[in-house]
Amino acid sequence: MLTLTPAATVPADVPWLTLLLVWPLIGAAVLWALPRPAGSTVAGPRRVREIALGFALVEVVLAVVAGITAFGSGADAGSYQLYEIHRWIPQFGVSYALGVDGVGMLLIGMAVVLVPLVVLASWKEQGSQTAASNRLRHYLALVLVLTSFMVAVFAARDLFLFYVLFEAMLIPVYFMIGAFGGPQRRYAAVKFLLFSLAGGLVMLVGVIVLYLHGPGGEQGFLISNLTGLDLPTGTGRWLFLAFFLAFAIKAPMFPVHSWLPDAAEQAPAGTSTLLVGVLDKVGTFGMLTLCLPLFPEASRWAAPVIIALALVSIFYGALLALGQQDLFRLVAYTSVSHFGFIVLGIFAFTSTSVGGSSFYMVNHGLSTGGLFLLVGFLVARKGSARIADFGGLQKVTPVLAGTFLVIGLSALSLPGLSTFVSEFLVIVGTFGSHRPAAIIAAVAVVLAALYVLWTYQRVFTGPVRDELAETRDLSGRERWVVGPLIALMLVLGFYPAPALHLVDEPATATITQVGVADAPDPVTAGDEGSEQ
Amino acid sequence: MIFNAPDIAWAQLTPVLFPLGAAVIGVLVEAFAPRAARRPTQLALSLLALLGSIVSVGLLWPDVRDTGGTEVLGGSMLVDGPTLVLQAVIALLALLAVLIAADRTSTGEDAFAPQAASVPGSGYEESARRAGLQQTEVFPLMLFATGGMMIFPATGDLLTLFVALEVLSLPLYLLTGMARRRRLLSQEASMKYFLLGAFASALLLFGIVLLYGYSGSLRYSDIAAAVTTTTGMDGLLLVGALLVLIGLLFKVGAVPFHSWTPDVYQGAPTPITGFMAACTKVAAFGALLRVFYTVLPGMRWDLEPMMWTVAIATMVVGTVIALVQTDVKRVLAYSSIAHAGFVLTGVIALAQSGITAVLFYLLAYGAATVGAFGIVSLVRERATAEVPEAARASLGVAVAAGVLPAGSDTTTGADPVDDADAPVLGEATDLSQWAGLGRTHPVLATTFALFLLSFAGIPLTAGFTGKFAVFSAAVDGGAWPLALIGVLASAAAAFFYVRLIVLMFFTSPQGGPLSDADADATTRPRTVVVVSQGYAVAAIAVCAVLTVLLGVLPGPVLDAIAEVAVFLP
Repeated sequence: MLTLTPAATVPADVPWLTLLLVWPLIGAAVLWALPRPAGSTVAGPRRVREIALGFALVEVVLAVVAGITAFGSGADAGSYQLYEIHRWIPQFGVSYALGVDGVGMLLIGMAVVLVPLVVLASWKEQGSQTAASNRLRHYLALVLVLTSFMVAVFAARDLFLFYVLFEAMLIPVYFMIGAFGGPQRRYAAVKFLLFSLAGGLVMLVGVIVLYLHGPGGEQGFLISNLTGLDLPTGTGRWLFLAFFLAFAIKAPMFPVHSWLPDAAEQAPAGTSTLLVGVLDKVGTFGMLTLCLPLFPEASRWAAPVIIALALVSIFYGALLALGQQDLFRLVAYTSVSHFGFIVLGIFAFTSTSVGGSSFYMVNHGLSTGGLFLLVGFLVARKGSARIADFGGLQKVTPVLAGTFLVIGLSALSLPGLSTFVSEFLVIVGTFGSHRPAAIIAAVAVVLAALYVLWTYQRVFTGPVRDELAETRDLSGRERWVVGPLIALMLVLGFYPAPALHLVDEPATATITQVGVADAPDPVTAGDEGSEQ
Repeated sequence: MIFNAPDIAWAQLTPVLFPLGAAVIGVLVEAFAPRAARRPTQLALSLLALLGSIVSVGLLWPDVRDTGGTEVLGGSMLVDGPTLVLQAVIALLALLAVLIAADRTSTGEDAFAPQAASVPGSGYEESARRAGLQQTEVFPLMLFATGGMMIFPATGDLLTLFVALEVLSLPLYLLTGMARRRRLLSQEASMKYFLLGAFASALLLFGIVLLYGYSGSLRYSDIAAAVTTTTGMDGLLLVGALLVLIGLLFKVGAVPFHSWTPDVYQGAPTPITGFMAACTKVAAFGALLRVFYTVLPGMRWDLEPMMWTVAIATMVVGTVIALVQTDVKRVLAYSSIAHAGFVLTGVIALAQSGITAVLFYLLAYGAATVGAFGIVSLVRERATAEVPEAARASLGVAVAAGVLPAGSDTTTGADPVDDADAPVLGEATDLSQWAGLGRTHPVLATTFALFLLSFAGIPLTAGFTGKFAVFSAAVDGGAWPLALIGVLASAAAAFFYVRLIVLMFFTSPQGGPLSDADADATTRPRTVVVVSQGYAVAAIAVCAVLTVLLGVLPGPVLDAIAEVAVFLP
């Protein structure tokens, strides 16, 4: 039964992806199995943190080794590496199939890099009393469970498996928001869950209908078996909409984005980091790796509307970000804007723009994750996320201000930082096929500059407020959180070639599957030079 | 007229004979055994009988799988694959329900009135309670009902169908009225159930008569043949079929024949509610499935509008009304109505995959239901100071010292010691009383959350696998609008399951949102969790394991069901 390895896949000698998936689960089990911390010792919480951090760091190492194994020797990034397949529920046609192309590997890397940073950042967040340390243990265990789901969802090569993970991921996040967040977190958690569940269930009908149009059999849900089906036009379009709705809610795009600001405002900073940085990428990742290859005709049909919606998202998110009083909500709305760029690039159907969007997903995870973590540090100092409560921090906490500025500049795509490369590629690629859209999107970059710099100005410049005069600068632990992020942004900003290599071939493959003649690309050649 | 005594293949009947035989012995035990010996004897007898049923199903299995099944009792009963699956599921769920019903918890009292015949609030009732009487008749009654349920989906003619329906219903009417607490509510529920049940039985009987008039036979196979050959009596056929279906839909609890469900589920003793909600539904869906697939497929186009309407109404009404309930048993009752709608989509599919899907769904739903009601039966309210001193004194005796489980959370360890003296009353079914349970009893609340997630159909639980199977079958059978509505109803239904989880985990016992300060608060909770004697915990654990296992690795079970899921014609 296991002999049917689909084309364009390279089986794994060592089950790296399963390993990546199981390891954090072991970590979570260890955390939950720890004896309940007795008395008021400091050792309890510290041990919990050290165990969680240890597991998260080993996961990073595993991911790096897996990545090098898969793509280190110049393997084709457009085919699926480290492929594993086992029977799971053959009665339904469901297999346990994992494999990564370049994009999947990059996103897995981004996800597992963020996890130890989130663990580090959460050390103080939950307080240090005995009861609180017990809560910290649950929180970190949930983070590790989520890690496992995040890895698996980016590697799933079976549609049913993808759907299961897509939905199952909601549960740890739901508890992470609902049990550990701010005053309105119950509302935020339920809103998050219901939005996602509603989208997911509509997609479920699509999944079932698609399966029935496929070849069926014991491996009927393999994505490779569902690609390139000759669907009736109407059916294909309905199915596309069912999938797209789920992904648009997840991403989130205008007009189904309204759960995100609430969730981001109420969740702990670490949760928001993973939620916006990684989980939301599942939405755009799904559009890229499922919507486009599975429903090429419908994708072409819907592209104009989706591009329009993406442009609305870009401006709507940016304008609302300008109007926010709360730092968490502000970052959330900037993400809505950034997701607009990503979706724009995906549906512009040029290999440059699609590759740019893929790379954008990684960079957005780094920069927005960084912003959430920094805002978390600010809130830990002031006890408030209201912009009006801050002012003049630059003089008191220069390192915090500096790191905020760098990560903020990456969010506005300053050349030299990684986001610039991807945003540039998206706009250039879109210019090739949808000239007006590209021009409009480029204008939005100005808005990005406005919301980043104006926020910086209000929080960090001006006269120091009296009550802020004693604010601590970033501690050593906190520097360790932000440092790696900035380093990654700089490295990917100045030397993006390895990452671009990983996204390039999948992008070309996707464009071929969609069946659009790749737009004559005026920039690719000159482009390479300008980046490197 | 010559009656030929049918050749009875006793071996084929063993799954049914075990519970019915044990029930008869149980009645004798009640009559002749000394009072002290009754309870252990009855419990052992019931568990052995149900285990015997499961084992005999296992022994019959290979034969049925290879031959496709046989007719027994001259065609009155059909021992085929679906019969065996349903009998095994019913026996298993009944076994778990008996365990929960047998649990007297740390209060030393079971869920049943000490003397069901006593007038509520009378001195006779009080003296029966003081004397420590108990109605161990509960066990034979449950066995009789189980026997009826196991015959119900196995019948081969309409008369046996009716007899089985009565055998399963009558003990349930009685059991419903036997709650220890809130006895008037319980007796009212029993009365309602009996009256409405009698009407439904009458309708079913009337339908049987009309079908007999139409086809000249009570046998399923004869009627099915007549449907395709006889012409000119369509009115008789249509009305008869509708009435038979209504009788079955009543037992299933489908809208608009559902109105008894919430009251009965709320009033009945909680272990019995779990038993009814799980086993009756399995049996009734089994019978409905057989009638729909073997008797009436020729009428598919005539019945489809009605069945679609019923399925849609059931899903929508069950979901919408559940949203506004404030009692946990009523929430579960309306959710069971919604689930009946989901199963109906699979029944209507009329595809081969539909049989497997429905059978699997019933197992998944039954496991979560028995477990969930088992947990409800453990969450009690404690008397507050307002309780009259006399009642306090009389009830307090029953409370063992260790009301709180030994491993209760350290954060509530500061409970005032005198709290243990306050009497434990009935179940804390008001939703507000479940607030903060996740903090004080994390394991119990997590298990309950697992069942709720399974009801909601979250992946990696049995509920998801079941829903997926049912909705795929519906789409496969061309009923994709039903699947779409089902999916939307699931999304809405998720809201009230999630609301319960929010209450348990994210709300403090006082009702406000939790903060770290609350965790150390030493306010006295009005809700307590009584310690099980072990029976209920064992049953709940089995349900939880089933729920996870059928969610993560459903393959073997699906395989086993699929290889026998063919009805005898």
